[in-house]
Amino acid sequence: MSYELRVKTMTEKIIIAGSGGQGIMLIGKILAQAAMMEGKFVTWLPAYGAEVRGGTAHCMVVISAEEIGSPYIDKADTLIIMNNPSLSKFKARLNQDGLLIVNSSLVSLSASAANIKKYPFTDIAIKLGNIKVANMAALGCYLRNKKTVALKNVLAVIKEMASKGKKDVLKINQQALQNLLVADV
Amino acid sequence: MKKILMTGNEAIAEGAIQAGCTFYAGYPITPQNELIAYMAAHLQDRGGIFIQAESEIAAINMVYGAAACGVRVMTSSSSPGISLKQEGISYIAGSQLPAVIVNIMRGGPGLGNICPAQSDYFQATRGGGHGDYYCIVLAPASVQESFDLMRTAFELADKYRNPVMILGDGMLGQMMEPILAKGEGHMAYGNHKPYAISHKPKPWALTGCKGRKPNIVRSLYMAEGDLEKSNLKLQKKYKAIQAKEERWEEILVNDAEVVLVAYGSMARIAKAAVKSLRSKGKKIGLIRPITLWPFPNKIFWRLAVNGKRLTFLVIEMSYGQMIEDVRLALEGKAQVEFLGRSGGGIPTEEEIINKVREFADNNLTNSRTRELK
Repeated sequence: MSYELRVKTMTEKIIIAGSGGQGIMLIGKILAQAAMMEGKFVTWLPAYGAEVRGGTAHCMVVISAEEIGSPYIDKADTLIIMNNPSLSKFKARLNQDGLLIVNSSLVSLSASAANIKKYPFTDIAIKLGNIKVANMAALGCYLRNKKTVALKNVLAVIKEMASKGKKDVLKINQQALQNLLVADV
Repeated sequence: MKKILMTGNEAIAEGAIQAGCTFYAGYPITPQNELIAYMAAHLQDRGGIFIQAESEIAAINMVYGAAACGVRVMTSSSSPGISLKQEGISYIAGSQLPAVIVNIMRGGPGLGNICPAQSDYFQATRGGGHGDYYCIVLAPASVQESFDLMRTAFELADKYRNPVMILGDGMLGQMMEPILAKGEGHMAYGNHKPYAISHKPKPWALTGCKGRKPNIVRSLYMAEGDLEKSNLKLQKKYKAIQAKEERWEEILVNDAEVVLVAYGSMARIAKAAVKSLRSKGKKIGLIRPITLWPFPNKIFWRLAVNGKRLTFLVIEMSYGQMIEDVRLALEGKAQVEFLGRSGGGIPTEEEIINKVREFADNNLTNSRTRELK
């Protein structure tokens, strides 16, 4: 049988971690949907422990131009960390040249990485009027730093998801997402 | 065609509905809950019957009864729940009824944990319950294949009047991937004729015996010689399945010196290791069994008898179960190595590569000493 061999390129491995209720799974799903729209290979793997609101939650997203082996990530290219326990759990799992995105509103522990971005996502969300959109602010920060998927596709996915709900929900999510795209906070 | 993002569990459920499954009974257990939830949400609306049973045992016996009526039936669970179903599966096999049973494996033994594992291979491929019988076992490795194999599963079940097991694991069940879910054109509802897919008549089914002799569905044969006669029928059927239904995927095996063997989720990781090692010039390939029973002996034999020195590395999320079938298939004609973890550990791409290097290097330097031993 014919089997095309390609050099490993264009693979982005992202671990998103925080507490239950922060919308961790959701931003993973949005990235996955956007990648799918772009015709890329993508896997989304949730941590499905006995997670509850306030407990820990994480998901792993792999986006690639080629077929994906393991959806489970040993070493991530990007870590998006939304609270303290998640930082302790995953900080050793970042590639040497990886990108670390930290929610400084809730993370007090010190973190270091080759490429580190710290923003108060939770505070940004509160200022916008809904604490729940902290995840979108983090996603916006990620998209500013890595062009894994196009912003317009992410916006389209959010619109599709939110169309079932209220219009103001869509608006505040878009605001949160674009907050960090426009300017430094 | 538009792709949609789905978990493996949901894809299995959707695949089953599109394949004409009209009766599902199950009982919740992680990591297959999305499957029963999807069935609860959709099966009723699409012309089928969904029952959340009071237990796994009740569910499999409901499936047993519904199968006897000639409709396409399914149940699903995860490892400990599948153990509970074994008595019912044995009755279904003994009564020669078509049914699909899904096992999204988790860590064991006992209640274990909810991490992905492949430790139910023995149970799945050796019948599982009491008595001399086999289930046909299919092992998908992606969300797309989870969807696609459901139709195959129901067709094989009907064709051979035999239980078919889908053997997945928690990772496959939980992960989402984009898939092409075909339209609902062959679904047995709406404007379509009931049983529009290859539903052949089932003259043995219990459909009400007005105007004909009553059919009897049973696994109890008390008269002298009757059970042996029935068992020989089963054995003849198993021989036919073994002859015709082996399925596998092979990747770059023809010039390979090392052949990885893995199924399900594990095969994805093995495939990534093959790509990585090939890019460094290593002659390595992969066999991915798709039917675990019947085990794809043919491909192993073909490679083993072509005279080349060959090493097989079996990789499992268990401490070595499929390796026994690989050894049986090879009849001692090639070296077989093993890499496995279980209970939540998953062999990584790096571990596979290291293992290959380890014995490949040993072979080069120590082949002479090994022969002298």
